[in-house]
Amino acid sequence: MKLQTASRLAIYAVLELSADPGRQLSAAEIGDKYGISTHHLSKVLHTLGRAGLVRSVRGAGGGYMFSGNARRTTLLDVIVLFEAVGGPDAGGADQDAGTAEAAALNMVLGEIDELTRATLNSITLSTMHKLTAGTRPSVDKGQGRPVTST
Amino acid sequence: MSSRDMSEIDAKCTIRPAEDRDLDQVIALDERVTDIGKRDYITDLFERYRTRRPDQRFFYVAEQSGRVIGFVIGEIRAWEFGSEPCGWVFAISVDPDVREDGVGAALLDRISERFREAGVNRLRTMISRNNHLLMSFFRSRGMIAGPYLQLEQDLT
Repeated sequence: MKLQTASRLAIYAVLELSADPGRQLSAAEIGDKYGISTHHLSKVLHTLGRAGLVRSVRGAGGGYMFSGNARRTTLLDVIVLFEAVGGPDAGGADQDAGTAEAAALNMVLGEIDELTRATLNSITLSTMHKLTAGTRPSVDKGQGRPVTST
Repeated sequence: MSSRDMSEIDAKCTIRPAEDRDLDQVIALDERVTDIGKRDYITDLFERYRTRRPDQRFFYVAEQSGRVIGFVIGEIRAWEFGSEPCGWVFAISVDPDVREDGVGAALLDRISERFREAGVNRLRTMISRNNHLLMSFFRSRGMIAGPYLQLEQDLT
């Protein structure tokens, strides 16, 4: 499965913000970390805001804060804001199901789609933080450069 | 009961082996969570999992102020489906009023500890893919998709 760019950016943004729910980050700060344009990220953050996952904070030092529940919000909750996952809209099933072969192929693709949805719907942001912690480079305070955790 | 069998966790509850006096509370908790009453089934589990093969079958409850707020049931199974011995968790439940407080994690940790002590190093469970909450819980504890796929067929 390949995610659309907006979905990936949205996941990065909510992960960054939910890592410390009391912290405010601007689109530029998040964009800098992931090397993505502030313009594109702002659109994504706007959509996340309408879904109640983040809220914007105005004024000096303003930015965005996480406003969801990291232990209940799943990857699927974020992704479906930007693209369909599974089913004909996602391009998985054969749209032309007029033949027995197409129907059989759709059944197989539907099985795969269901597993994909179930997996994405079982991974919360909180779980992603745990997975990230296992692979995130940590900063060597003495040298001020990243080193890989073991 | 050994000190190893009992412990207190942050949620201010005690994890201990199930006892006869817990039966009605376990049945009530399971029915509250699943909306299905299973008195005969759970009564049978109580008999089997507390008296037979106690070194390989485990039934723990989480108790808070004399009230059962969670339970976990599991056993070591060997060579089913060609699998080496592993610890199966086939029931875990926590009172909805006290969730997100570490009770489920404590129950899973306890039964995992007993599996390790019994010599197995793999934990396994099976779950409806529509049960998002429970699947999220297991994933949060580090469980991932295993090498087996469950298949079935409609026989009607």
